[in-house]
Amino acid sequence: MEDIKLQETIEKYLTGDLSAQERELFEVIRKNTPEIDQMVVEHSMFLHHMDSYAKRRHFTKLTEKTFQHLLTAGEWTVDNALPSNAKMIQLWNKYKKVTAIAASVAGFIALSTSAIIMYFSPSLNGNQLLQLSKAIEVIKKNQQVQGHLLNEVKSKVPENAKLISGGSGFLIDPKGFIITNAHVLKGNGAIVINNLGEELNAHIIFTDKDLDLALLKIEDKDFSAPKSIPFSIRKKMTDLGEEIFTLGYPRNDNDIVYGKGYLSAQTGFEGDSSSFQIQISANPGYSGAPLFNDKGELIGIISTRQKLAEGVAFAIKSNKIIDLIASVIEKDEKTEIKLKISKGNYSTTANRKDQISKYKPYIFSVRSYN
Amino acid sequence: MKAELNEQALLKGLANNDSKAVEALYKSHFNMIQHFVLNNNGSFDDARDIFQEAMITLYEKVQSSSFVLTCQIKTYLFSICKHLWLKRLHQMDKYSSPLSVHEESISVDEDIVAFEKKDAAFAIMDRALNSLGEPCKSLLEGYYINKKGMQELAKDFGYTNADNAKNQKYKCLMRLKKLFFTQYNIGD
Repeated sequence: MEDIKLQETIEKYLTGDLSAQERELFEVIRKNTPEIDQMVVEHSMFLHHMDSYAKRRHFTKLTEKTFQHLLTAGEWTVDNALPSNAKMIQLWNKYKKVTAIAASVAGFIALSTSAIIMYFSPSLNGNQLLQLSKAIEVIKKNQQVQGHLLNEVKSKVPENAKLISGGSGFLIDPKGFIITNAHVLKGNGAIVINNLGEELNAHIIFTDKDLDLALLKIEDKDFSAPKSIPFSIRKKMTDLGEEIFTLGYPRNDNDIVYGKGYLSAQTGFEGDSSSFQIQISANPGYSGAPLFNDKGELIGIISTRQKLAEGVAFAIKSNKIIDLIASVIEKDEKTEIKLKISKGNYSTTANRKDQISKYKPYIFSVRSYN
Repeated sequence: MKAELNEQALLKGLANNDSKAVEALYKSHFNMIQHFVLNNNGSFDDARDIFQEAMITLYEKVQSSSFVLTCQIKTYLFSICKHLWLKRLHQMDKYSSPLSVHEESISVDEDIVAFEKKDAAFAIMDRALNSLGEPCKSLLEGYYINKKGMQELAKDFGYTNADNAKNQKYKCLMRLKKLFFTQYNIGD
């Protein structure tokens, strides 16, 4: 019974519920009795924990209530389009070995994925994609500047032709085959310019507007074919968060520019599975630029960026290049293209500077004219 | 200037458990976090959970007397969420190197550490309370969490008078303290 009185007094003392007189008296007892002093300290600590525990419980409840209230009020759409997509892919992986079922599953995936995207996309309607090809005026201006600087070198663009669009591109076969975006080639003819500023005539072999990929071939006596391509194409998907880099020609002075970022989502705009999302500051002119992972493997081609979100860009997956080349060869068996496919994981990561200087000569500025 | 005042008012409201302030913060910042989490391998529910944790971190930060917020609320909440989400991705083995995002963020390591320390103590309190059994658990919760008086509790629980309830509360409290401090001291 005494203990309970003591405990009560300690608690009242700590919560400030003792009268001034009682308080004074208690402080004397506390001073002279180490055991009681210890009990006070311990209980003070306990009450402190209890108090913040109580506060957190109340606040947690408040956030839950608020969230639920706003959710029912329609403040947010439950936008699970991406995760649902991932589940579909899991389902696909699970069944893909069973060929007989595969077809029906694929049909189901196609239907439900588009249903999901259609259902959940309204909140994304404000987003727009911006193709990263360069505009006409910019190039026109550039041509004039170049005319001044290099007036002794005659441009390979036919005299009466008008430059329409431009971007970047890169060699995938030493014989002069270059990959770029289809939207970079808005005209009928094309030239490519290497990192030394040398212009070379190129022939548009194939464009696939759906994939937004195009194949060019350098056909110019000034072109000295390299022995091999220094980078290989990665077939497998790249991991989220992996560091990536690019080399392209976004600037008007035709200087090659290095950019670095991260892979931020494994699907592209509105869940598009043929592309992925990257975090990189992509400017017009980067369209068609190659995207490499940390090991220097080619993992994609930069194509578009989201109009409103700065730094969010999309790249076409590198395995689409393999698909494109396969369909080119199917159409014309005489086309001899040998792709260098990545064999697997390299254990060493080359120095980035060395990588850049090694890759530079294989990356071109692409211009299209009519 | 006006925006700054507005932020101050929001923080003050938050410190005082004002539901309007909480609602305003959810309304203006949850979408950003939802977008971030969905774009980085997470679901709507994940976004809800980590945003709630960030709100609690901010709430507990504004409670402390030494509180200063050196950036916008938006930046603060985003930084906490980013940190928490990356940690979760790590635990799920879903990513290998740090991730960059287009929102501005600041270092929040210190606040996260403070939050986690509190979290650990709360988990111990939670476990201790739950292992007490009834009526101890409800009695102590009624007194310490819902701040009811002994008279009221005696009535709620059916004790014949407040003294009997006090007696019971005392016994329960001793058990709870013992459970709490044993665990708490091991944890430290």
